[in-house]
Amino acid sequence: MTGQIVRRLLSLVPVLVVVGFVVFFLIHLAPGDPAAVMAGNEATTERIEQLRHEMGLDRPLWEQFVSWSTRALRGDLGTSFFLNQPVLTAIGERIEPTGLLTLYALIMSILIGFPAGIVAAVRRNSWIDRLTMVTALGGVCIPSFWLGILMILVLAVWARWLPAAGYAPFLDDPLQNFRYLVMPAFSLGLQQAALLARVVRSSMLEVMREDYVRTARAKGVAEGMVVLRHALPNAMIPALTIIGNSMGNLLGGAIVTEAVFNTPGVGRLVVQSVLRRDFPVIQGAVLVIAAVYVLVNLIVDIAYVIADPRIRLSTRS
Amino acid sequence: MAQTPAAQNSIHQGIRSRSSQFHWLWLLSKDSGAVIGGGVVVILALLGIVGPYLTGWDVMKVDPNNRLLGPSLQHLMGTDGFGRDVLTRVLFGARISLLVGLATMVFSTIIGATLGLIAGYVPKVDGFIMRIMDGFMAFPSILLAIAIMASLGPRTENVIVALTVVYLPRIARLVRGQVLVVRELLYVEAARVVGAGIWRIIFLHVLPNIISPLIVQGSFTFAFAVISEASLSYLGAGVPPEIPTWGNMLHEGVPLMAAAPWMSVFPGVTLAIAVLGLNLLGDGLRDSLDPRIQEH
Repeated sequence: MTGQIVRRLLSLVPVLVVVGFVVFFLIHLAPGDPAAVMAGNEATTERIEQLRHEMGLDRPLWEQFVSWSTRALRGDLGTSFFLNQPVLTAIGERIEPTGLLTLYALIMSILIGFPAGIVAAVRRNSWIDRLTMVTALGGVCIPSFWLGILMILVLAVWARWLPAAGYAPFLDDPLQNFRYLVMPAFSLGLQQAALLARVVRSSMLEVMREDYVRTARAKGVAEGMVVLRHALPNAMIPALTIIGNSMGNLLGGAIVTEAVFNTPGVGRLVVQSVLRRDFPVIQGAVLVIAAVYVLVNLIVDIAYVIADPRIRLSTRS
Repeated sequence: MAQTPAAQNSIHQGIRSRSSQFHWLWLLSKDSGAVIGGGVVVILALLGIVGPYLTGWDVMKVDPNNRLLGPSLQHLMGTDGFGRDVLTRVLFGARISLLVGLATMVFSTIIGATLGLIAGYVPKVDGFIMRIMDGFMAFPSILLAIAIMASLGPRTENVIVALTVVYLPRIARLVRGQVLVVRELLYVEAARVVGAGIWRIIFLHVLPNIISPLIVQGSFTFAFAVISEASLSYLGAGVPPEIPTWGNMLHEGVPLMAAAPWMSVFPGVTLAIAVLGLNLLGDGLRDSLDPRIQEH
């Protein structure tokens, strides 16, 4: 098991190198001179020259990459052009809303997706099953940002139950914080809930056909126990994969959702920085989000190895 | 040489499917979801091509006297903040969105499949290609698209480039996995023995046998690309704002949501219908092209 985890850790090295390359070359992708692009339309030639020197753009590309990545590894992601603060500080100040939004959305998708999938599988071909699966198909197809827009229209503009946009820090007022996040989290999490419900249903159906389920029933175990104790744990593995993938989708989706609900998180920072071409912030935020994503996937994989004895034992052969 | 049971099984399936090469089309036509989905996509595409000329309104013409009118017989979906007909713009948006989705699907499939075929068939470059693909997949997809758009600038062509970069690693990974199975099959072995060149084997013998999952993945890529284009445009980092797309219309409509909900409801409904159609078509293709599911 340790060997497997070590191998998984080593496989991160090339991934992180490629991630670094991509983020570094983002500014070199832009047509024309990055310094001119960053300085803006009204900049003088001297200002562009000065910026080019400051950014080290007059040095060879590989040298720029090495110095950029060593600085990034030390946590120095440069300074924002607009915010007058280090990129890492700017990201740090906005991490709470994004983290909580992703977490709430994940919890909601699990709380909705699991029971829905289990009930649909147990009551296969009933109206509950059909209703759940049609809703799930709708949930997969409705873009989360548009769902968010509709929820604002109905729940905030018309019914006035929830605030349309904004944020309250968790430590100031956890309840108010939740009121601000419940709509974004629901609109973000519904799609994952739908995916999860579909996967849980199909893997439950598969497991319910297994011999040990029949054995459990034959020896007179109550149906509820059969479902929860015998079938469900074995149907968990595909669901775990989906939950692992969810984290990435939710992190990405949070960027768009934050824009809809005006949540002051990392996602809105990225979008604002794109619109004002604040490249150090774009690079820094993309790097941090990708690193978190890679880390989450790593944790999921390790949890996987620990949870599933078939994977754990296969390394010995 | 020893064959795994799985490989032998797929040889039999290969023989069976050749005797009824278009059997899957028949299966597809029996799948009501796929027929509805395909119909929705075709109708939206046709409406996108001719629809804007049929409504009697101009996509771009500003009419200050008729701003923010609710739905009526003249304007079935109302008018926007500049007095333009929302229905005409929604139909025009179908053209742009489906074009971006189609182009993304075609380019990411061609490039992704080529990379996957090479990686799967040539062990020397396998590690190199796939580690790069892994690196690209380490970004949440919409984030990578936004980052690429940030440096390329908002243009329709750039949206296609950005989304192609986002989706091609997934296709490469899928294709590589399939190639690893197919390359061990007897007819590939036979082609190698009679001295067929590597490109000939890859494109003439391997590719035709992995086309089914590629088609299925293509239809889902189309759906993802349509959503992503709308998200990018909504954020202001996609198709230039002066071109009517569903995402751009939502971008304009949301601030006016309380006064003119039709400006955001109708483009969003059409977007959801398009994605639903593509997903139904993809589900149907998967069921009719995948022999393992057929047998159940």
